[in-house]
Amino acid sequence: MISVTPQQKRLLAALAVFAAVLLTGCGFSTEDSGGGSNEPDVEGITLYSGRIPAAIGPAVDSYEAQANRDVQVRYAETADLAATLVEEGDASPADVFFAQEPGAIAAVAEAGLLAKLPQNILDMVPARYRDPEGRWVGVTGRARVIAYNRNVVSESELPPSPFGLTDLKWKDRVGWSPASSSMQEYVTALRAKYGDDRTKQWLEEMVDNGAVAFPDNVTIRDAIAKGEIDVGLINHYYVAQAISEEGPDYPVAVYFPPGGLGSLLLLTSVGVLESSDRKPEAFAFVRSLLSKQSQQFFTSSSKEYPLAKGAKPDPSLSVPIAKIPVSDSSLVDLKELQGTIELMKEAGAL
Amino acid sequence: MAAARRAPLGLLAAGALIGAAAVLPAAYLVVVIAGDLSAALETAFSSRALETLLRTAALTAAVVVASVAIALPIGWLTVRTDLPARRLWAVLCTLPLVIPSYVGAYLLVAALGPNGMLQEALGVNRLPSIYGFTGAWLVLTLFTYPLVLIPLRATLRRIDPQLEDAARAMGRGPLEVFRTVILPQLWPVLAAGSLLVALFTISDFGAVSILRFRSFTAEIYVAYQSSFDRVAAASLGAVLVVAMLVLLLASSRIRGARRVHRLGPGTLRPTQPYRLGRWRWPALAFCSLIVTVAFVLPVGVLVYWASKGISTGSTSLHTIAALGGNSLLIAVWAAAIGAVAALIVAALAVRYPSRISGAIERLAHAGYALPGILVALGLVFFATRAVPALYQTIALLVFAMTIHYLPLAIGPIASSLVQLSPRIEEAARGMGRGPAEVFRTITIPLARGGMMAGAALVFLHAMKELTVTLILSPIGFKTLATDIWTQTTYGFYEASAIPALVLLAVAAIPVYLLSEQGAAPS
Repeated sequence: MISVTPQQKRLLAALAVFAAVLLTGCGFSTEDSGGGSNEPDVEGITLYSGRIPAAIGPAVDSYEAQANRDVQVRYAETADLAATLVEEGDASPADVFFAQEPGAIAAVAEAGLLAKLPQNILDMVPARYRDPEGRWVGVTGRARVIAYNRNVVSESELPPSPFGLTDLKWKDRVGWSPASSSMQEYVTALRAKYGDDRTKQWLEEMVDNGAVAFPDNVTIRDAIAKGEIDVGLINHYYVAQAISEEGPDYPVAVYFPPGGLGSLLLLTSVGVLESSDRKPEAFAFVRSLLSKQSQQFFTSSSKEYPLAKGAKPDPSLSVPIAKIPVSDSSLVDLKELQGTIELMKEAGAL
Repeated sequence: MAAARRAPLGLLAAGALIGAAAVLPAAYLVVVIAGDLSAALETAFSSRALETLLRTAALTAAVVVASVAIALPIGWLTVRTDLPARRLWAVLCTLPLVIPSYVGAYLLVAALGPNGMLQEALGVNRLPSIYGFTGAWLVLTLFTYPLVLIPLRATLRRIDPQLEDAARAMGRGPLEVFRTVILPQLWPVLAAGSLLVALFTISDFGAVSILRFRSFTAEIYVAYQSSFDRVAAASLGAVLVVAMLVLLLASSRIRGARRVHRLGPGTLRPTQPYRLGRWRWPALAFCSLIVTVAFVLPVGVLVYWASKGISTGSTSLHTIAALGGNSLLIAVWAAAIGAVAALIVAALAVRYPSRISGAIERLAHAGYALPGILVALGLVFFATRAVPALYQTIALLVFAMTIHYLPLAIGPIASSLVQLSPRIEEAARGMGRGPAEVFRTITIPLARGGMMAGAALVFLHAMKELTVTLILSPIGFKTLATDIWTQTTYGFYEASAIPALVLLAVAAIPVYLLSEQGAAPS
C-alpha cells in the first residue's frame, strides 16, 4: 500500500497533537479578577470594561468580596464595546458599562440603553462630573496636559495655553493624537467655549506648524521620552504611571496650562444598562466604585483624579482638582462629537 | 478538457451553506445601510472616501508587486537551484508570517524609526522616515509576502518538467526558460497569492495606524471609534466588499485563463537543479537581507524586551500556558473546519465551474476583506437575534474565525486542484464510480497537500487575531493575543514581549510545515 515517508510521519504526529487539543474541547481559565475561582452564593453581574484589568482589578475584587458576588468582566476597547452594546440592544448580557472615554458613554446613552441612576448614587459626585440626565457618573478624572522633555525644554518656555503651540518656535516639535477620543473631547470643549471658527483656525495652524500625529497618547509619551518630539498634548496620568515605573529620572514632565482649557478634565464614567435584570446589584457595584476604598485605589495606582465627594487625590497630583476646568457635561453629546469630527476633517487634522 | 461537469448535489448544497455563513457580516452591513440609505450613500461617495480609496489602492498595488518581487526569486532559489542550505532558507523566509502586523509595525518603528535602535547603533542623526506610505508598504510587504511564497513553492515543485527539459535541451538559457516556460505556469498561483496579500492589505488596521497611514480601514475606525456612526462605518465596509469582489474577479480571470496541468503520466520526477555558480553570493545576500529585516530584527527586539520584562514580573508561566491553550483551541478548530469548508468551495470553483460555484466562491471571500470589528459586530447582530443561546460561546467564536479566514485556505487548495489532471477523475468515472465516490477517493487525497497548507494558514491567522476574540469570546476566555493587547494599551511593551514570543513560537510550527510543502521529495 502507501508507505509513509518521514515527512508524512511528521505531519501525522502534528495531526495527532492537533486531535488531542480538539478533544479537550473546553477553554482554560486564566486566573484574574474576572474568572473567580470561588463559587459565590448568588448570581453575579456582567461588566463591559474599556479599562484593562490592571486599572480596575482591585476595585472589582473589593466589590466581589463585600457583596459576595461574582463580576464577569469583558475587556475590550471602549468604542468597540459601545458599538457592541448598540448591536446587542435589549439582548445584551451586560449589566454595567465602564467607559474609559467620554464619547462612548454618550453614544450608548443616546441610544437609550442606559438606566437612570438612583439619586443617592448621583449625589456621590459633584454635579459637574455626571450626566445632567442622570444616566452615568464620572468615576475618575484625567487631565489634559502639555507633556514635555525636561532635558530639552524648561517649563518657563511653555505657552500658557495650547493655542500658543502654533508659534513658529514649536515647528515640528509638537506631538498630538487627533485620532484619540481625549483629543476629540478637548476639541469639542474648545468649540463650545471659543466657537467653531477659532477652533478650526487653531487646528489648521497646528497642522501647518508640523504637529506630528500619533495613533494614541502612549506613543506620544514614548516619543517625547526618546527625543523624537519635544512636547505633546496628552493626558496627565500616562506620564505619572511612567514615572512610577521608571523612576524619578524619567525625562518627561507635565505642565497644566492655565489657559485655553489646556488642563481640561476628562472623565472615565460608568452606567447601568436599561436592559439589565440585575439592577440593584449593578447599582451596588457603581456605588462601590465611588467608595472611599476604590477611589483611593484609582488615584494611587493610575494617578488619576478621584471624582467622588470627599475623596483625596494622590500626593503626586500637585494641581488641585478644583483648579482644573471640566467641560460642560451636557456637551458630552454625540451630535457635538460628530460635529467635532467633521471640523477636524475639514481642518486636515483627521 | 471536458465540458463543465455537473457538481454532485450534496457538494453544491454544502457549498451554498458555506457561502451563506461567510456572507453574514456583509449581510449585516446591508441591514445597517438600509436603515439610513441616503447617509450611507453620502459617506460612500464622498470625495474623502474616494481619496482614501485611491490611496489604499496604491498601497495595495505596491504591496502586491513588492511581495511577488520578493517571493518569486526566493521561491525559485529554494526549489530549483543549488542554493546552499535551501531548505533552511525556505523555512526562514516563510517565518515572517508568524508576526502579527501590529506587533511587526511597532517593532520596526522601535528598531528603524527616529531615535530607534538602529539609529543609536549607527550613531546617525536622522534616518529616512519610516512613517506614512513607505513604512506601511515596507511592513505589510515584509509580513505578507510569505502568503505568495508558500503556494508558489508548492507549485514550483509540482510543475511538469517535460516542457522545461525540452527547452533546456534546445539550448535556451535559464532566464529565458524561466520567462517563456515556467512563468506562464505560475500565473495562477501568483494570482491566488496576490489576492490574499491584497485582501490582507485593505483590511489591515494595526500596522497602518502605528505607521500613520490613513487607509480605508482607518476611516472605518474613525467612523466607529470617534463618530460612533455605524451607518458610515457600514457603508465604508460595503465599499471594501465591492473592492474585494473586484480583486477576486481579477484574480480568477488570471487563474482561469491559464489552465495548466500535467501532460504526462503524473509522476513527480525531480529535475536537475540549476547551478548558481557565483550568483550564489548575491542570492544568499538577498535571502539574508529579507530574513534579517522581516524576522531577525523584530524577534530580536522582542527578545530584548522580554529579557527586561522578566525582571519586572509580568505574566506568570501558568497563565501563559493557559493563554496558549486557549489560543490553540480556537485556532485548531478554525483550521480544521476552515480546511474542509475551503475544500468544498475550491472543488466547486475549479472542478465544477458554473454560475453557482462562482457565486459561492465570491461569497466565501466576503469575511476576509472586512476588518475584524465588522465581522464581530455582524455576528453580534445576528447571534443576539437568531441564536442567543450561542452568543458569546466558543462555538460562535470558532465560527467567526472560520468565516473570517476561510479564503486563506481556498487559495492553496484551488491551486493544487488546478494542477491535477482531470483525466484521473475521468478515468475513475469511466470505471463506473459515482461523482461522490470520485470526490471522496480521488479528489480529497490529491488535494491533501493544499488542505494542510490551507489549514496551517487559517491556524496561523486565528492565533494572532484580536478584535473578534475580544468581542465574541466567552467572558474570561483570554488568548495570547488579547494578553498582548492588555499589556500594550498602557505601553507596558516589555510585559507584552513574553506572550508575543510564545505566540510566535507556537505559530512557527504550522509555518514550518507550510514551508515543507515545497520541499523536494527525499
